[in-house]
Amino acid sequence: MHGNLEPIILSRTGTMTARKSLVISLYFAIAFTISPMFSFAQAHEQEEKSLQEAEEEFNATDMIMHHIGDAHGWHFFGEGDSSVTLPLPVILYTDGELVTFMSSEFHHDTEGQHIVEKDGMRFVNLHEDIYKLDAGAETIEFDEEHHPLNASKPWDLSITKNVAAMFLTVILMILFFSVGLARHHKKNEHAPRGFNNVLETLVLFVRDEIALPQIGEKKYMKFMPFLLTVFFFIWITNLMGLLPGAANVTGNIAVTVSLGLFTMLIMIFNGNKDFYKHTFWMPGIPTWVKPILAIVEGLGLLIKPAALMIRLFANITAGHIIILSLIGLIFILENAGIAGVSVPFALFITVLELLVAFLQAFIFTILSALFIGMAVEEHEHH
Amino acid sequence: MDLITPEIGLFFWQTVVFLILMFLMAKFAWKPILNSVRNREQSINDALASAENARKEMQNLKSDNEQLMKEARAERDAILKEARELKEKVITDASEEAKVKADKIVADAKRSIELEKQSAMAELKNQVAELSVEIAEKIVRKELSDKKEQHQMIEKMIGDAKLN
Repeated sequence: MHGNLEPIILSRTGTMTARKSLVISLYFAIAFTISPMFSFAQAHEQEEKSLQEAEEEFNATDMIMHHIGDAHGWHFFGEGDSSVTLPLPVILYTDGELVTFMSSEFHHDTEGQHIVEKDGMRFVNLHEDIYKLDAGAETIEFDEEHHPLNASKPWDLSITKNVAAMFLTVILMILFFSVGLARHHKKNEHAPRGFNNVLETLVLFVRDEIALPQIGEKKYMKFMPFLLTVFFFIWITNLMGLLPGAANVTGNIAVTVSLGLFTMLIMIFNGNKDFYKHTFWMPGIPTWVKPILAIVEGLGLLIKPAALMIRLFANITAGHIIILSLIGLIFILENAGIAGVSVPFALFITVLELLVAFLQAFIFTILSALFIGMAVEEHEHH
Repeated sequence: MDLITPEIGLFFWQTVVFLILMFLMAKFAWKPILNSVRNREQSINDALASAENARKEMQNLKSDNEQLMKEARAERDAILKEARELKEKVITDASEEAKVKADKIVADAKRSIELEKQSAMAELKNQVAELSVEIAEKIVRKELSDKKEQHQMIEKMIGDAKLN
């Protein structure tokens, strides 16, 4: 294993000197030599535990899903009743009625045991899905596949952990750009200093490297608000998602679906005659090919933003899963020594995620700009 | 909560929050920032253009100056040349005139000398003639007293006249 690891590390850090790589090799060698000792020590103390048994005690999948999923409260640390959680408002819409209460009323229960009574209706939190018990039902009942039998899902418009994190991004963006940079620009037109200069450079980066080359000088201004907002929203949210205990907003499919839809709608509504002609009746090809191409291109209208949506979701979620898996390894193997390997690895992936956070924001924005640019492009008529 | 099933609630919030954020940012952040940046870029471009213009003007001015200098120098040279030529001409003219005058003076002098000489000669001749006549008269008066001598004299005079 040691032999396999070294090339990976070396290839990741191409400029690393021989001395540094030697130090790191030694580190891993020691870590891997010591870690089995811990295992053996434990094996002597207790009966040999199979990997499956260990996994049952600590369910890594549940842990990971819990961390990357949405929740009705913002959980920071602790277990059960002693956990420290920021309660968030639960907003439900059912039978023409709006029901609201704080998530703390569930008392950290996500197994559907604790029933909250509100306005004569009974609600339970089952794996962070809120169910409304049917009239007269006292406890929730399940079928063989653990699906509730006597409960239904109301419309859930709660301020969940992800929504709260989203608000945080909004506040940060308004602070950074409206209160910070824009106020500077209202006062004078000189180049700003310090943090405002960083922000302005980023704004100009979006304008000069994303909007201008993809959309062109004539029409880019119209799309700048969307591109800038989406870029900074995704980036800041990505970065916030890397903080411990933070929400996984951009790694949530609902969020990326919404963002992708924005791109699609902007693309569709701003598409000019040429664009639709090239999409549904491509000139310059045999007539019998045209309908086939129309289907392909028409599907492309949906697939392009769908690809954006899946890329962002998958990249961010994957990054979180890798980090959580590496940390989870310590608990699965019940071996503190493995931390010597998995913590540096998790750190390395986290640093990589810092890059991915920017990269995904950049890719989402530049592809959005590209699609919009394709839709508004003026074709030269031959 | 399923990983790949979009939650309606979150989708709703994301859409609403994003729309509001986009409009707020467009109005209170992006527009002022982009406008100000564009103004600044415009002013930088203008400044650069005017600097370039100034540089060109300077160059023009410099070349104008050089042209002027060149012209001035050429004019000076021309004036000098002209002056030199004039001087030469004046000198030549003067010397020629002087020569002519001198020649004329000389010629006049010669002529007057000639005239003087001639008149002097004529007077001399007259004087000589008068003198000769007087002498002759005297001689004749004296000599005519002697016949022999008269003959001799006549002979001699005839002889002289023949020689002339």
